[in-house]
Amino acid sequence: MSAVSPLVSAGVSVIQLGAAVTGGPLLYGLMAKVRARAEGRAGAPVRQPLLDLWKLAGKERIHAEHSSAVLPLAPLVVIATAATAAAIAPLISTGPALGRTCDAFVIVFLLLLGSVAVALAGLDTGTAFGGMGASRAMTIGALAEPALLVAVLALSIQAGTSNLPGIVSSTLAHPAWAVTPERLLALVALVIVVFAETGRIPVDNPSTHLELTMIHEAMILEYAGPELGLVTLGETMRLGLLLSLLANLFFPWGIATTASPLGLLLGLAALAGKTAAIAVAISIVEVSTAKLRLFRVPEILSAGFVLAVLAVITGLVMP
Amino acid sequence: MSAALLLGLGLGVAAAASGGALPARSRVPVAAVLTVAACVAALVAAARVLASGSAITVNSAQVLPLTGVTLVLDPLGAVFVITTAVVGVAASWYNVGYSGHSGHGGGRGRAGTALLPLFVTSLLAVPSAGSVATFLAAWELMALSSLFLLLTGHHRAEARDAAQWYAVMTHAGAAAILLAFVLLGAHAAGAQSFDGFGSFAAIRAGASGIPSGIRSLAFVLALAGFASKAGAVPLHVWLPRAHPEAPSPVSALMSGAMVNLGVYGIVRTGDDLLGGGQLWWWLVVAGLGAVSALFGALHAAASPDLKRLLAYSTVDNVGLVLIGVGASGALAVRGHRVLAALALIAALFQLVSHSAFKGCLFLAAGSVQQAAGTRDLDSLGGLLRRLPATAALFGIGALSVCALPPFSGFASEWLLLQGFLRGFSAHSAVIATALLAGVAALALTGGLTAAAFVKAFGIGFLGQPRTPAAASAGEAGVSMVGGTALLAVPCLVLGLIPGIAVPLLAKAAGTALSGSPAGAGGGRLAGPLRAEAGLAIAGTTDVIEPALLAAALAAGIALAWAVIRLRGRARGRAPAGGRAGAGARRAEAWGCGREVQTPRMQYTATSFAEPLQRVFEDVLRPDRDLDVSHLAESRYFEDALRYHNRIDDAVERGVYRPLTVAAGRWGEFARRAQNGSMHRYLGYGFAALVILLVVLA
Repeated sequence: MSAVSPLVSAGVSVIQLGAAVTGGPLLYGLMAKVRARAEGRAGAPVRQPLLDLWKLAGKERIHAEHSSAVLPLAPLVVIATAATAAAIAPLISTGPALGRTCDAFVIVFLLLLGSVAVALAGLDTGTAFGGMGASRAMTIGALAEPALLVAVLALSIQAGTSNLPGIVSSTLAHPAWAVTPERLLALVALVIVVFAETGRIPVDNPSTHLELTMIHEAMILEYAGPELGLVTLGETMRLGLLLSLLANLFFPWGIATTASPLGLLLGLAALAGKTAAIAVAISIVEVSTAKLRLFRVPEILSAGFVLAVLAVITGLVMP
Repeated sequence: MSAALLLGLGLGVAAAASGGALPARSRVPVAAVLTVAACVAALVAAARVLASGSAITVNSAQVLPLTGVTLVLDPLGAVFVITTAVVGVAASWYNVGYSGHSGHGGGRGRAGTALLPLFVTSLLAVPSAGSVATFLAAWELMALSSLFLLLTGHHRAEARDAAQWYAVMTHAGAAAILLAFVLLGAHAAGAQSFDGFGSFAAIRAGASGIPSGIRSLAFVLALAGFASKAGAVPLHVWLPRAHPEAPSPVSALMSGAMVNLGVYGIVRTGDDLLGGGQLWWWLVVAGLGAVSALFGALHAAASPDLKRLLAYSTVDNVGLVLIGVGASGALAVRGHRVLAALALIAALFQLVSHSAFKGCLFLAAGSVQQAAGTRDLDSLGGLLRRLPATAALFGIGALSVCALPPFSGFASEWLLLQGFLRGFSAHSAVIATALLAGVAALALTGGLTAAAFVKAFGIGFLGQPRTPAAASAGEAGVSMVGGTALLAVPCLVLGLIPGIAVPLLAKAAGTALSGSPAGAGGGRLAGPLRAEAGLAIAGTTDVIEPALLAAALAAGIALAWAVIRLRGRARGRAPAGGRAGAGARRAEAWGCGREVQTPRMQYTATSFAEPLQRVFEDVLRPDRDLDVSHLAESRYFEDALRYHNRIDDAVERGVYRPLTVAAGRWGEFARRAQNGSMHRYLGYGFAALVILLVVLA
């Protein structure tokens, strides 16, 4: 990993970025497809989100009447945070560019920066819906954030580092770590966080536009055209990123540890396979559960937080 | 070097004198220039102390009777002097424009103009003090000058009320500190000649000879006094009243410099003078920190008052600093000196970065209050267009306080997390429990702080103005924007290249921990961080390079923007301007098909915080009321609905209100006993004499 030249690791980052930009929407499409099939519909093709994004990119830009520069800026920030995270995280290889800075906490706070940008954009529209969405999203974020942070800390304590490639490499070096109690507890906590952060049922419903229940959709209600495309792309990239991290932190096998073309190709295939499997699993959960009432959501999120704290305790008690 | 320090303090006193003596027209600028010069001189002295690593000592027997003045500025004190000096320069500069508008705060009054430099000078003097007498004199000057600055708003009942709370709390705290130092001085003097009596050096030298029970008692007393100044729960009650009610430059100095000195006192007494002490001291400190962090963050998330929100956020941040200080002290007691130094550096980094962003936020909030005439978020809105510079600066501060990369809060929070992560390797069950509480508190406050500041910025500066006053607000003057911007600079610099502060903070931490026992961590204090522009933990692969992150984020934003532009141009919709919002068509927002959309339909700060308030109802205990009045003609039609939502401080209600009620009863009793009748007093005297004789016989 240390012998890799900067040019090669920059290449790795570019491939990862490309994988995030195309893979995120494809995962989104896959989840929609699985849902449709489970509900007895044919559903749109898996690549439909990509086509939609391309269509939106060519449309006219329209802004809400009383909005300021924050409204068009927020999608750019969401994209930039998701892209930066995708470029530095160990997705297909343990040696991407900026791998030195690839700290687990950096990813956590980059994701938070994206959420804050969208929430501010919601408030910027000066309408009831934007504020409603922002308020609900920040409430859920305020409870999901600690669970994410503590779960990541539990993994870092076990690996002795918060460097993500370091955590992934340590699991590769000690395969038994993948099934230790603290890993399993942290896994459950992270799964709960993924449901909350990506706005899936039972926390939020990405396909609803019913005023009473929407959270994320309420915040981005005023977006249209290319900016709607950017926000949606950013959201799907975050989805892809979280699923990839879930996959690589807990089942890192298949990830490239050298920069050989074959290894990278294998890493890409492994990533695609693992994230697709998780996406299908999440869709099945989505189809088989009902959306929770807003004020029941904090309960499962606090359960996630408690599990993450338990993961830390277990890691300390059972060395 | 000592000349610069003395010059700084002297200029500060001169500024106060000129503020009091000069005619109304010239007093504000002259006092401001002299205060800025005083801060710069002190800054130079402190910077040279940090560069050389050796302390400045000044003894002057003439200034104070009996004890004289002893100034010792060592690297630990220097960090606090530099922080205070930067906030002091910004606040003084800001005050030139701020005091020009009468109506809020001190205005151009003689008292306010003289007291502000005096307050700054006392804030510079406290961390430079080298003896008990000098320290207490500076401490009292700081308490009194800030109290009277708070009272410049005496025409408002809230300010009077806040001043009363502040006066009681600060003096109870000062009494506890005085007791602690008298105990230490008296017991340490046994081995010393009378020459060095009461100097910090004498206490430090004699500390090991003091019985452990006395040391613990002294530490607990000092902790009570200093924690109350720092605003740690449950001694914080004055803070969310006094910080919002004070004029904004004073609020910035209180939150950006004065609370720091509470932390300074704890580190100075516990780590330095008493040489580390016992494990439970530090567990108490960390516990206070964890409770303060959570309590502060929750109230900040719920508060609809802009400055009160900032004040509670100060409680939150002081809590985080205290968690770091407590963890560091506990690790030092167990002999893990490198880990202790890392935790203390993290705590000091958090403290310095908090001073910058909170000072910036309070100054920006002052501009908002002056422009819109209120600090109630529910009556603001849309200020981004009306006060663009102030809004941008508030935004920088808000992103920093939320610990978002690449701003200074992120660097400090990352260091704290690293301190915890490494601390777990100390393999001590007690320390691990304390660290776990710290981690949980840090994690929970992270999300709540983000919610609080999305609310503050989103409701205050975005959307549409909710009142005519907010709609007609105008940008603050040059000096106010400049003063605020001066504090936004360190938010960015410390965020992008945090490595520049690390060697300085490491020296301060080294000074503080030099007396702690050397154990598993080795004798010499090795630097826990590598020298880099970013932050790098020595001996690990844990590194962050925020400048690179910032570059990557900027590239991402530019790339996404370029893609939109190119695609738009390809479709023949080339926009003319270069602005982010340029070239876009404006259209009415979706209103569910309603015809009219008014600003009143927007979410307010209260409604934004309602879900969180409901989730944390058991802690916040809001006082809610819904009054419905019906039309006289028919009970089926409502005339008016009045919703009332108020969140009082649960600690104040639960702990302090019974105390004040008891004190009030005692006062009532005393009043009845003392009705002014001479006969009754003679009777009391006779009764006392009889009782005395009976007892003696």
